[in-house]
Amino acid sequence: MLGHTSVTMRDGGPADAVGGQVPRWVALPESVEEISVVLGACADAGLAVTPAGARTKLCWAAPPERLDVLLDLSAMHDVLEHVAGDLVVRVQAGIPLARLAEVLAKAGQELALDVPFPGATVGGTLAAPSPGPRAYRYGNARDLLIGVTVVLADGTIARAGGKVVKNVAGYDLGKLFTGSYGTLGVIAEATFRLHPLPADRRWLTFECEGWEDAGALLRSQLEPSAVEIDHPAEGLTTVAALFEGPAARDRAEAARDLLGGGELRDDAPSWWSRPPGLPLASLRCHVAPYVPEGVSVRGSLATGVYLASGTGDLDAWRSRLPADARLVGLAGDFTGDRWGPIPSLPLMRRVKERFDPERRMSPGRLAGGV
Amino acid sequence: MTVFDRLEAIFPPDRVITDPVRLRTYECDGLTYHRATPMVVVLPETAAEVAAVVKVCAEFGMPFVARGSGTGLSGGALPRSDGVLIVTSRMRRILSVDLDRRQAVVEPGVTNLAITEAVRDRGYYYAPDPSSQQICSIGGNVAENSGGAHCLKYGFTVNHVQALEIVTPEGEIVEVSEDDFGYDLLGAFVGSEGTLGIATKITVRLLRTPEAVTTLLAAFENIEAGGQAVSSIIGAGIVPAAIEMMDALAIEAAEAAVACGYPPNAGAVLIVELDGPAPEVDAQLAEVIAICVATGSFEQRVAASADERAKIWRGRKSAFAAVGRISPAYIVQDGVVPRTSLGEVLAGIDALQDEFGIRVANVFHAGDGNLHPLVLFDDAAPGEGERAEVVSGRILDLCIVHGGSITGEHGVGVDKARYMPRMFTDADLDTMQRLRCAFDPGGRSNPGKVFPTPRLCGEVPRVRKGSPGEIF
Ligand SMILES: Cc1cc2nc3c(=O)[nH]c(=O)nc-3n(C[C@H](O)[C@H](O)[C@H](O)COP(=O)(O)OP(=O)(O)OC[C@H]3O[C@@H](n4cnc5c(N)ncnc54)[C@H](O)[C@@H]3O)c2cc1C
Repeated sequence: MLGHTSVTMRDGGPADAVGGQVPRWVALPESVEEISVVLGACADAGLAVTPAGARTKLCWAAPPERLDVLLDLSAMHDVLEHVAGDLVVRVQAGIPLARLAEVLAKAGQELALDVPFPGATVGGTLAAPSPGPRAYRYGNARDLLIGVTVVLADGTIARAGGKVVKNVAGYDLGKLFTGSYGTLGVIAEATFRLHPLPADRRWLTFECEGWEDAGALLRSQLEPSAVEIDHPAEGLTTVAALFEGPAARDRAEAARDLLGGGELRDDAPSWWSRPPGLPLASLRCHVAPYVPEGVSVRGSLATGVYLASGTGDLDAWRSRLPADARLVGLAGDFTGDRWGPIPSLPLMRRVKERFDPERRMSPGRLAGGV
Repeated sequence: MTVFDRLEAIFPPDRVITDPVRLRTYECDGLTYHRATPMVVVLPETAAEVAAVVKVCAEFGMPFVARGSGTGLSGGALPRSDGVLIVTSRMRRILSVDLDRRQAVVEPGVTNLAITEAVRDRGYYYAPDPSSQQICSIGGNVAENSGGAHCLKYGFTVNHVQALEIVTPEGEIVEVSEDDFGYDLLGAFVGSEGTLGIATKITVRLLRTPEAVTTLLAAFENIEAGGQAVSSIIGAGIVPAAIEMMDALAIEAAEAAVACGYPPNAGAVLIVELDGPAPEVDAQLAEVIAICVATGSFEQRVAASADERAKIWRGRKSAFAAVGRISPAYIVQDGVVPRTSLGEVLAGIDALQDEFGIRVANVFHAGDGNLHPLVLFDDAAPGEGERAEVVSGRILDLCIVHGGSITGEHGVGVDKARYMPRMFTDADLDTMQRLRCAFDPGGRSNPGKVFPTPRLCGEVPRVRKGSPGEIF
């Protein structure tokens, strides 16, 4: 228990380590108010805090410089409000996406986010986004997020957005916190816009040698929801396109005719929406990327957002990519600069200073000590 | 040296305006009842010039306001009589179009429609389509996170901007991009209504023109039946490109203004547009017509050609201006309610009409619950303007009570800053202020907009709650 409150606390152990740092305590809040109580207490004691969901990405990005309290959100796993007629859901941040999907499917709806990391929670997916295949059609987590409740380092509870899809009142703090890796505060609750589950889904896959840009498909009017590439370090490359909707089959067939071949299937290939392995890097490149020997790349030909795996020197690879490409080391061992250029870093630093002036929220998880 | 000297050193004479008569052109935006004459207007042509003016403002501690085309409906571009108005109308170049990457890079003064016009014949378009798209600037769209009839399916400006070059309120030129690892500063900037700096270069996503587009006009006895049709369409898992609704008074106005020829006696009309791959659109059109018939629609018209489609849309697109035909003056309101509360909120608006003796014409983006009630009044009749104001404010209260928003697309600006505390707590607003202070510690970028009471950006005070030993 924390002080006179009823927040559940326990001692931290090696299993709670974040990048080698073992927290002294683990807090298990069950409500927004309890998060606020914990953060307020940590503020008073000058303690450093890292929020955690299902811990699938705690090893991503840089480890925190200090860690006293791991704020484990796994007890905040409820659907708070699902109004099917509005296609809107409000949830606690610790709910696993898979569990949310089950609840929504009963109403014939979905949160149109793919989950490359099984078990991942809503909060972790917002704080450490990893776009899945259908980001091409539905956007990323930030595009589906319409409201958020956050708790700041000093315990302040703040809300932004709301529960309507269209809303331009005030700053969109939800977007600000997307990609924040726990360095601005804790994402406690989130509200999303939903989509109806598509009547049908069909995949078209084909194999090729080397890189393939699937340009003909992207220039067509067949509107694939996703166009993914699996480019392994060795062997043939596979491209898979997903078609959704009542006429998915017709469109997949038309795509096959357009491309002059390919296999139609009613389930995803095994590598679909799965990370390629460790060490893992994020690659954003909007033209066919140079891929070094021994590296495998998976991701979207439509958005130019990929995950890459393979040992290697990030600086060397970066030097062979276009200037506006981005290569960031996410997890595992790398040589070279993990981050590469981030032009808006000076602004991020100023935001960090305003939200967490004492640098107690996951300090140093992002570039430049942010 | 005075501010004027400094600006005249940066700009040629024809791009610094100090003549009082010419300054009056800029005294308001689309919300004409808020007016102020700017101290000086400048017309930069490059980001470097924008940065230079902003630095001069920093040096002299003066506020500045960005202005695009001045079509904003919340007074966002209302100038400051003690500040500089920075107008982007000379920044009108489309810098590049890359159809392989499906993106265009443009300057902020480019009009929304000009982007689509640049790529339309090659089969692409820019999706967000505010009704003002022929005039409004993309910089203004970014600032307001503008929507349009088609944002039900395609999203808003924020979903279509991939990168920005901005001039910060300190005068630095910085790129923010969706590719940056870390905070989504791009997402936070879009919709910030000119309070976080000035966008000087905008990278937008282009979409492939859909294979098929079909537009249906369905007439109903009353607005409730129309609303029922909307719910059933959404409930059937269909996401149309647009679903728009107009009530009898709005139809009457549109008829008077543009003779749109909607079915006479309709208590409400629904415009449903479907687009996408042809087999999909065909299947969904049949389903939507069946739903409309089942919910009581007595007439349905399907546009068979682009001309017929334009004709159906003409009534809707002219609706704001059209009410000028049936009322000497009116207020354009913009609020949002959850779609499932539409019925109750419309009943509430009816009750307000009776209580105050003020007529309200309803035009709305029904698919996403975004209402545009047009509150009609006679500005020559004593007290009517005030009553219309009250009705307009009460409509926003109705939106808030039902869990909605005080603005879906027109922004807070100067007009609705006073309503922000009804929707947000002090803690919410203070937290937003932290973002403001990170970008604009001097509070010089469009001050007085969005937030009710400007706060100074000092140290954030922290209340000590107890000693560490007591707690752990
Ligand atoms: C008839 C009519 C119909 C409309 N229909 C719609 C509609 O369907 N949907 C919709 O969303 N809106 C609509 N609007 C509102 C308006 O057109 C939009 O808000 C539009 O985005 C404003 O663009 P503008 O260039 O006119 O901006 P302005 O009015 O000049 O400025 C608007 C705001 O943007 C800021 N700003 C301008 N340029 C920049 C820049 N480069 N960087 C930073 N800040 C900047 C200004 O300071 C101000 O706060 C309509 C308006 C009218 C008059």
